[in-house]
Amino acid sequence: MNREMYLNPKELKLFRTKQIIGKVLTYLFLTLMALYIFVPFYWMIISSLKESWEITSDRLTLLPVDRSWKALWPWDWQWSNYKDLITGIKKEAGSIGGEWMFKPMLFHLMFRNTFLVGLFTTTGTVVLTILAAFAFSRLNFKGRDLIFGIFLMTMMIPGEIFVVGNYYTFSTIGWVRSDSIWKIFGTLTLPFVGSVFYTFFLRQTFRQIPNELYLAAKVDGTSDFKYLWKIMIPIASATITTIIILSMIGVWNAFVWPTLVTNAENSTAANYHLLVSNGLLEGLRNAIDSSGEKSILNLQMAGSTMVTVPLLIVFFACKKYIMRGVSRSGIKG
Amino acid sequence: MIEYKKDGWRAALALAPMMLFMLVFTFWPIINSFIWAFLDDFSYGGRSISHGELGGYRWITGGTFIKVGIANFKTVLTDPLFWHALRNTAIIVVVSVPLTVIIGLGIAVALNSIKKLRGFFQTIFFLPYVTNTIALGMVFATLFHQNYGLVNKLFNMVGFAWINGTTATGVTEVTFASALVVLTVYTVWNGLAFKIIVFLSGLQSIDKQYYQAAQVDATPRWRVFTKITVPLLSPMILYITITSFIGAFKAYSSVIAIFGTGRYGPAGNSNLMITVVGYIYDKMDVGGTPYGVAAAASLILFFIILIITLLQLQISKKRVHY
Repeated sequence: MNREMYLNPKELKLFRTKQIIGKVLTYLFLTLMALYIFVPFYWMIISSLKESWEITSDRLTLLPVDRSWKALWPWDWQWSNYKDLITGIKKEAGSIGGEWMFKPMLFHLMFRNTFLVGLFTTTGTVVLTILAAFAFSRLNFKGRDLIFGIFLMTMMIPGEIFVVGNYYTFSTIGWVRSDSIWKIFGTLTLPFVGSVFYTFFLRQTFRQIPNELYLAAKVDGTSDFKYLWKIMIPIASATITTIIILSMIGVWNAFVWPTLVTNAENSTAANYHLLVSNGLLEGLRNAIDSSGEKSILNLQMAGSTMVTVPLLIVFFACKKYIMRGVSRSGIKG
Repeated sequence: MIEYKKDGWRAALALAPMMLFMLVFTFWPIINSFIWAFLDDFSYGGRSISHGELGGYRWITGGTFIKVGIANFKTVLTDPLFWHALRNTAIIVVVSVPLTVIIGLGIAVALNSIKKLRGFFQTIFFLPYVTNTIALGMVFATLFHQNYGLVNKLFNMVGFAWINGTTATGVTEVTFASALVVLTVYTVWNGLAFKIIVFLSGLQSIDKQYYQAAQVDATPRWRVFTKITVPLLSPMILYITITSFIGAFKAYSSVIAIFGTGRYGPAGNSNLMITVVGYIYDKMDVGGTPYGVAAAASLILFFIILIITLLQLQISKKRVHY
């Protein structure tokens, strides 16, 4: 702000005022945008704790209220929505057409499936990625750059082409919509294990490790794979953590492939292979058209909360690793 | 020098697992898709009915086809649904990409100019990145619900059909324009986080001296923005624009999520907002296994994306300062 010294007092005042107005406008803009981002989360959580009559009433309530429109914070909140979501709502005795007004959503199975598929995918990805990145960054062999170049080129091809091809591959061996949970898990896991992007990401980190370390290890008679295990992996542990977290988030958000290969229509508790995204959509299909006192919009929001909150917890726990990885990726955008 | 020693067998060992998975789940599908797209009447697991008893079919990778040709491309390009999907996708791209890039740039510049609360705002703006597309799509559907949604209650327009609502006779009241508004609001919301992060890291790498020089000359804010910030940020802007174009061209889950019917439109008009990707998956999932049509459609999508990307790179040559 050296400039201020050269201004006469009148201009200085004008300059200051302009500066303050600029600041105020900046904060105003940021606050508005932050509200835009935040309101959906707020509405989701608040709606999940309202009763149906409240959701469907004409009045706009910003907190769950009781029948006399009082917001009794927080003891009038409808936590039982979450119970209904999991145990379902039975129809009144004697009514026609099926047993359930709202079929129970098998969240424990969704979470189990997603966790296991995430575990398998991530483990496979990390092992393959470390080995491949090691080969591309440390070893010398004929055609290294050519192979790496071909790998990178596959990143430009839209995923839909892989989906069509892989769907066919898994259909021919009878794994698509199979009854066997292991075949389904295999179908959900295998196509995503060999990730070019993570290989590229880790290779960049590996390449930053100074050559002198490698040469020193060589002098001491360390083998290449021991060097990888004892030196490279510990040094790159932050990048590997980022890969683990992003890969887990990827499985949590996977929708297209699970929808295509799992059998949503005939799934029962004994035979439930859906992951969170397609399980959520399947369980709450057409909830948007439920109306009146029977509206299940609150259950829909409870379901969304169940799927969103674990991810937010992971985010706040691993903020550093996630944000570092993001600026270099384009997984969602 | 040790640098030039050969590690052939070690490299083979380290690369083998990756190679195996890439061959089976990346290269094989690509090759297959290219082949199927040019096979007429390809069908898996024996002859398709249309082949009849005439014979004349040939076998390939466990399926049969009649002849090599471009019938699949003809099928796609003469399908009104494909053109409907392409039109929808193009509109989604043209509306959402500039909005996201401009708003994202605005937020990043604003964030970069403040000190207090920056971390707080940054965290808030990042939240959409770590959310589930389906879950939050359902939230936007609830926000824009015809009778119970926050938006309609807030702006006193209860009854306006954004993404749901039917007339007494059961015809859907949802129009393309209203659904597009909801989809855009959601797409922008969903895409901002990534753009802000990239722009912010770009802004932080700009040399402060440029701004100090501008300050000495008493340059107005707007000129600083258009003459310093934007040119120096242009590589980032190009990168973000291209990736957003590609991302928006593949819109799929967000459309499914906001309608909540498992389809691309409200009850009663299930193809209202169908996108090209939706079209591809629909074709693939139909009985009778017309992989050829799905493969042809995905190749068309690939070429559209490729051409747009090349065009953008070409145009940007004059405007981007590296």
